[in-house]
Amino acid sequence: MSTENLIETKDLSVGFPVGGKIFNKSVLKAVNDVSLSIPRGSFFGVVGESGSGKTTFGRALLNAAPITGGSAHYEDGDVSYDLGKLTGSELKEYRRRAQLIFQDPYAALSPRMTVRDIIAEPLEVVGLCNSREEVDERVREIANLCRLNLEHLRRFPHAFSGGQRQRISIARALVSKPRFVVADESVAALDVSIQADILNLLKSLQDEMGLTYLFISHDLSVVAHTCDHVAVMYLGQIMESAPTRQLFRSPRHPYTKALFSAIPSLDPDDHGKAQKLEGEIPSPTNRPTGCQFHTRCPFAIDLCKREEPRMETCEAEHSVTCHRWRELQLAD
Amino acid sequence: MSLIDVENLTLQFKTDEGLITAVDNVSFSIAPGEVMGLVGESGSGKSVTAKSLMKLNPGNAVYAPESRITLHLDNGPVDVMSLKRPRDMEVVRGGSVSMIFQEPMASFAPAMTIGSQMVEQLLIHTDMSKKQARELSIEMLDRVGISDASTRFGQYAFEMSGGMRQRAMIAMALSTKPKLLIADEPTTALDVTIQAQVIDLMKDLVTDFGMGIIFITHDLGVVAQTADKVAVMYLGKMIEQGPVREVIRNPYHPYTQGLIDALPQLDDLDKPLMPVPGDIPSPLERPEGCVFHTRCGKIIGDVCRTVAPGWSDTGENHRTACHLCHEGQSA
Ligand SMILES: Nc1ncnc2c1ncn2[C@@H]1O[C@H](COP(=O)(O)OP(=O)(O)OP(=O)(O)O)[C@@H](O)[C@H]1O
Ligand SMILES: Nc1ncnc2c1ncn2[C@@H]1O[C@H](COP(=O)(O)OP(=O)(O)O)[C@@H](O)[C@H]1O
Ligand code: SF4
Ligand code: SF4
Ligand SMILES: [Mg+2]
Ligand SMILES: [Mg+2]
Repeated sequence: MSTENLIETKDLSVGFPVGGKIFNKSVLKAVNDVSLSIPRGSFFGVVGESGSGKTTFGRALLNAAPITGGSAHYEDGDVSYDLGKLTGSELKEYRRRAQLIFQDPYAALSPRMTVRDIIAEPLEVVGLCNSREEVDERVREIANLCRLNLEHLRRFPHAFSGGQRQRISIARALVSKPRFVVADESVAALDVSIQADILNLLKSLQDEMGLTYLFISHDLSVVAHTCDHVAVMYLGQIMESAPTRQLFRSPRHPYTKALFSAIPSLDPDDHGKAQKLEGEIPSPTNRPTGCQFHTRCPFAIDLCKREEPRMETCEAEHSVTCHRWRELQLAD
Repeated sequence: MSLIDVENLTLQFKTDEGLITAVDNVSFSIAPGEVMGLVGESGSGKSVTAKSLMKLNPGNAVYAPESRITLHLDNGPVDVMSLKRPRDMEVVRGGSVSMIFQEPMASFAPAMTIGSQMVEQLLIHTDMSKKQARELSIEMLDRVGISDASTRFGQYAFEMSGGMRQRAMIAMALSTKPKLLIADEPTTALDVTIQAQVIDLMKDLVTDFGMGIIFITHDLGVVAQTADKVAVMYLGKMIEQGPVREVIRNPYHPYTQGLIDALPQLDDLDKPLMPVPGDIPSPLERPEGCVFHTRCGKIIGDVCRTVAPGWSDTGENHRTACHLCHEGQSA
């Protein structure tokens, strides 16, 4: 594993058993052979349509979804973990190091706990502090970083606006001083102004605390503005992965291109140039043969239906999973 | 002639903590075939305004006596405020006005399949046969991008993913071909690809049937792509309205400018994201004078703190409620 990476996955798969009857039992592969490296200190984005496996991938890296194939490694200073095989004290330490910021701050916060108790809970779960004073000290410190004041800590979450609630869930995720944070659609429910505020907060916390983020989102403009590197997922697979600017400037995969052309432009006279993507993502229990994207790809040829493309490196740090990436001219 | 005229709509909610002013003296009109985008931060009163048009607000809502909503249907004008009994409401709720709600789960009965709800609705509001209703429902499901529509037709809401449920609701709302469609954040939870499909479908219906739409969203990109005109709300007040190109390219109100600056834009990735500073005040503590003065970076002085700004013309069919415009300066 390269020392620059905090997390590396190799052919990582997550399968869920589906179907009740013994004979019809099959496996739904929500994440399918994913090989990715997440550099330490990066803001790493994952995009893709609903059901593409983004949340499941994030959960696998948090040790919260079963790794059923391949591997995921975490390496930081003198610790090195095989995430599929964590037990006992290692597991406990990893739970401190890897945290989740919830998708929906409204549903995630318990209405009967004060903000102070909500933020403090992870400390108590991992047994990180020895006294109540120590806990209070830590809670105040992180609340301050997340721009919540002391008076806020005594209140209940229903008294807060959407943006404030999101700051509470961020404080809760960061109170145990994690190294790796999964932010799953953390700004999706917020309106633009609050969204900008939370994104700026995540960035400044990254600098102050030396965090590495896995940032899951279906909003490509948000990802373009916040992430250094973006991976595009489709039906549990990585279709393309590249440094943000490079990906947006010269996408190599037809799916990436299709996602980009669907972004509504702020210019009322610009209605998008490329053709729109028809239909929807197939069910992972009924996968297409060959390239997973061929049922919707405007460039599909016979080969695409028969043979599954492998992920190839097309430039430094830029990989693509498409038979035809060399010949297609997708950049505008 | 317009399809709907809203004049001086003011609505308060009676709550334990006191009277909450959710909508404050709002006026606008929509013509047949016209799409109006309604934007603003959450809590600004967009949903309450929309629900007022069908009198769908809960029992603790109090409409001010000067509020007036007139719907112009084929058989003549309907004074929505005067409708009291559920039977009277049939004219409005009976298919000529349709609403897509922000909370999709709430709009489907849990014990009925999606298909039977769609068919039932069509049988009540149109003179279609059961067979026609079934065919149209499946076609609409297909048009909102639900694959294998005839199978989905027989499923229950809980068997669908959130995005699919949202699309089924859109299909249901559009199937009666309403005159006026009120769409409350219909695409916020959708993927860009599906969002683009749904937007195209709505545009088709506008062209084909002259449907008017009120499109509530906080995504200005979606507004730019769908709306003819835009109205911006803040703390229950309408603070700017005008043609979509004008408002997006030349916003006059400091709040509208703030919303646009906060938007992550793809053509300039180096531009920092600029949130509107501060939080939206509680509706129980609405600021005196201009409701936006506690967060405004361009505040002129005491006039903003004490006097509520009236409308100024800031272009053709474009008006703005801000003292800066009053003084003839461009904000
Ligand atoms: N516990 C589970 N049991 C069975 N199937 C599951 C489970 N969790 C996820 N799946 C399936 O795995 C696939 C990927 O789901 P996942 O939640 O990771 O998608 P996502 O990309 O996060 O989507 P969204 O953008 O809607 O959040 C879906 O088909 C989903 O139905
Ligand atoms: N049933 C209700 N009782 C009391 N207050 C309400 C009710 N419904 C909405 N409100 C208040 O009215 C204001 C406007 O709400 P809403 O129209 O839902 O905002 P938006 O749709 O713009 O996010 C908010 O302050 C909200 O809390
Ligand atoms: S492999 Fe073929 S079907 Fe798949 S994305 Fe490339 S061109 Fe399209
Ligand atoms: S009236 Fe004054 S406070 Fe209000 S938006 Fe205009 S300049 Fe700002
Ligand atoms: Mg998810
Ligand atoms: Mg609303």
